[in-house]
Amino acid sequence: MDKNVWITREPIEINDVIAKVVRPEAGAVNTFIGTVREFTKGKRTLYLEYQAYVSMAEKKLAEICDEIDQRWDNTETAIAHRVGRLEITDIAVVIAVSTPHRKDAFAASRYAIERIKEMVPIWKKEHWEDGDLWIGDQKQEKSYENRIPVKGEMENG
Amino acid sequence: MVDVLFFAELQELVGDEKLSFQAEGMTVKELKASALAKYNLANIDSAMIAVNEEYADEDTVLASGDIVAFIPPVSGG
Repeated sequence: MDKNVWITREPIEINDVIAKVVRPEAGAVNTFIGTVREFTKGKRTLYLEYQAYVSMAEKKLAEICDEIDQRWDNTETAIAHRVGRLEITDIAVVIAVSTPHRKDAFAASRYAIERIKEMVPIWKKEHWEDGDLWIGDQKQEKSYENRIPVKGEMENG
Repeated sequence: MVDVLFFAELQELVGDEKLSFQAEGMTVKELKASALAKYNLANIDSAMIAVNEEYADEDTVLASGDIVAFIPPVSGG
């Protein structure tokens, strides 16, 4: 696999993502790993189902890598996102960013996950004991003005 | 023909992930008001629109071979 971003139905191997960004110029590799949480606001999740518009999602993930490269000096970014049925504690997303110094690696990987939640066409369906629901707009901060997502501020966690 | 893709709850409401329409020359807005009206997609106006895998607005005029996607609020990560 020679691309730095990918959507997969198989479990993500964290080291595959890290290996994409390891290089001699880097003094830091920061990873973000998103996992399936059991309780959200007191409600128990049984499992999640992720769906993606795969071709567009991979294109948008690649755009995030480009944005990071423009905002921080000398970065290499890789992102893998899983789709299909995921159980509690399964890995949904892995981001790895390498930079010469640690500060930028932390900031850039944070930026990547926030941008994923804003504009990459991936959806999750929560399955509970008493029903299920496709979840949307977790950041609850967008206006969808002109129906085109804009680069958001990153104060929300 | 123009292919129209649906995801998440819109896909479940439509009952299909892809439909094709004679929508050449129409805007996305006109497509929604005509061909898609019978599906009663209450939330379609909160979906973003992509044409050929790029976000677009609903005044975009469609051409033969275009792929339109309705993108409900995303929840990846």
